[in-house]
Amino acid sequence: MNFELTEERQMLQDSLRRYLRDKYTTATRNEILESANGMSSEVWAQLAELGVIGAMFTEDQGGFGGAGFDIAVVFEELGRAGVVEPFMDSALIGGRILAACDKADLVEEMIGGGLQLAVAHGEPTSRYDLNHVRTSVDGGKLNGRKAVVMNAENADHLIVSARASGDVADEAGISLYLVAKDAAGLTIQGYPLLAGGRAAEVTLDGVEGELLTEDGFAVLSDVMALATMAQCAETLGAMDTATRLTNDYLGTRKQFGRPIGTFQALAHRMADMLIEMEQARSAVINAAGNLNEDTRIRDMNISAAKNLLGRAGRLIAEEAIQMHGGIAMTQEYELAHIAKRIIMADHRFGDTDHHLERYIALSAA
Amino acid sequence: MDLSYTDEELAFRDEVRAFMRDELPKEMSDKIRLGEELGKEGQEKWHAILNGKGWLAPNWPKKFGGAEWNAVQRHIFEEEAAAHHAPRIVPFGLSMLAPVLQKFGSKEQQDYWLPRILDGSDWWCQGYSEPGAGSDLASLKTRAVRDGDHYIVNGQKTWTTLGQHANMIFCLVRTDPDVKQQEGISFLLIDMNTPGIEVRPIILLDGTHEVNEVFFDDVKVPVENLVGEENKGWTYAKYLLTHERTNIAGVGFSQAGLNTVKRIARAEMAGGKPLMANPHFAARVAQVEIDLKAMATSNMRIISAAAAGGAPGVEASMLKVKGTIIRQEINDLARRAVGPYAMPFASEAIEGSNEALPDPHEAGPVAAQYFNNRKLSIFGGSNEIQRGIIAKVMMGGGK
Repeated sequence: MNFELTEERQMLQDSLRRYLRDKYTTATRNEILESANGMSSEVWAQLAELGVIGAMFTEDQGGFGGAGFDIAVVFEELGRAGVVEPFMDSALIGGRILAACDKADLVEEMIGGGLQLAVAHGEPTSRYDLNHVRTSVDGGKLNGRKAVVMNAENADHLIVSARASGDVADEAGISLYLVAKDAAGLTIQGYPLLAGGRAAEVTLDGVEGELLTEDGFAVLSDVMALATMAQCAETLGAMDTATRLTNDYLGTRKQFGRPIGTFQALAHRMADMLIEMEQARSAVINAAGNLNEDTRIRDMNISAAKNLLGRAGRLIAEEAIQMHGGIAMTQEYELAHIAKRIIMADHRFGDTDHHLERYIALSAA
Repeated sequence: MDLSYTDEELAFRDEVRAFMRDELPKEMSDKIRLGEELGKEGQEKWHAILNGKGWLAPNWPKKFGGAEWNAVQRHIFEEEAAAHHAPRIVPFGLSMLAPVLQKFGSKEQQDYWLPRILDGSDWWCQGYSEPGAGSDLASLKTRAVRDGDHYIVNGQKTWTTLGQHANMIFCLVRTDPDVKQQEGISFLLIDMNTPGIEVRPIILLDGTHEVNEVFFDDVKVPVENLVGEENKGWTYAKYLLTHERTNIAGVGFSQAGLNTVKRIARAEMAGGKPLMANPHFAARVAQVEIDLKAMATSNMRIISAAAAGGAPGVEASMLKVKGTIIRQEINDLARRAVGPYAMPFASEAIEGSNEALPDPHEAGPVAAQYFNNRKLSIFGGSNEIQRGIIAKVMMGGGK
């Protein structure tokens, strides 16, 4: 057993944490949140230069990491700082799909920080079901609607899933296409997200694209496993910030002539938050460490982490707000954004209940 | 024991229902149902409609122009109002200040201010909390010094709800710094247009502008705007807080919210079946519904006692804690129900730009409401303060 990070990962964590602490302040981020495209190209480029994107890919893919713990280290730091730039959707999900489909030139561009992607997979009625694809492909033309597509407006290319054969919920028959942002018949209706960044409803009306793979479900399953693990790590980082802010506040805020943290009613709840933090950290380690096991073991650990992070995250976000009181309800206080990131993470890649059911199903298998 | 309403109460309920059906404008209830802002004008319009019927001030005695309903009637009204998605009544003048003026104000103050509350001449806001005085309200520092016919007020109030619409503020101020905290506080009525007052918005985490900071810099307030006696303000403040707790359980809001959750969950599909048929989600809904049913009966028990003349005391604190937990749980269910569509930020700005919201179930901004309603367990005496009151009274043998 060894729970220490390797030297390389430790260095990446240190430099990333230092950069974000110095440069990605609450005020800076609030400006980014208000901006038209909901992200900073400058932050994107500088983080790419620090190696954040390269760490998400294996050496074979042109990167210098790509393993569970490489990705977990990066996303925990992004989460700790509440970063809203689309590293999850553009770099990890988009980039790893392209890597799985042997698009080495585009992956290289991504690692260099010069590419933006969006993955248009979910649909208005698919909820969290990965197999649910109604968007059709017929004679090379894509038709359908995609829901809450992250980063669609900023993307140079969209990766679109479409049904080549079978019924709406079949795992077989899902193909992935690469679609240029200016393709004819593509409509992107964008909007801001509650926890930062932007997404869009995407309509495809006879859109032409380049076929990436006819085995879309297998590629998506593998990449979404990575993404779900990364989401857990990101939420872990955000939870750590919420916990730290609350701890600090309880020590400094005075009411009735003493720091409120000296009231046992609050001190015990702070202790519960700290206990849940340790649980969450271990769940993420389980998920990251089992990423290369067979898919059943891998997915059980991922669902376990997503379920636990959903529960612990809600507790920590809500308790952090409650114990702060009114100040945590204000947009200009760091915790407000962090709490939104934690709760909204429950709406990505399957929520707490979705992963509980998946865990039960996998356990019975 | 009889859990049903009397014939009289049922007749009253029918009257309220008919009123809501005929007099509540549809564009107003649509906005409330979708969680949109009503704005000052809309709110004033609803107040005028109620005032026309004589129902704007349910809790006021008839001699002041109120409806003088008993607690059961008020509850029926609140329940029907929530079920029909009627706007809430802005409480600051009507149910917070007015009872204080009616009990402690001078005849002149009653004759002047009360009619202006009813006809909408004044929009009141509440100047209680300060940056350093939240749960510990009695530690407030805003200072008022007597100078001839005026008080000179200096200091800062915060969390001033809808202060941006208000032309008047009732304030707790410190008039004697040298005595026990609670004994040096006075209750002042202050015109927001007086020189030296500045209102700054506080934007909440869901992007809304509900609350403000109010700064006082050498603000001159005529002495006739002192309510009751100098340094007796804490007594009036506590009296006001008991009225702030009217409808504290929020049963109507919870019931309406739970209906919305079920409506969404019947339409939303998960794994090829309606979400409402999913055992985990159904269990969550059932659990809250079971709690709500019991809490509604607790609420009625306390209301019945109040209608018979008993004053609600520690029970109000219990209702506040349980009522807010249930409402927040329902907000949590609503955001779970809509799945990935919880993530879009449905703001006024999008509405203004004519972009259609990605909201397949017409659920409204449920995630924003989830965040906004975290305030329920913080304001009006946090749930920690309420638990402290309950423990003190029940374990210490009364107050």
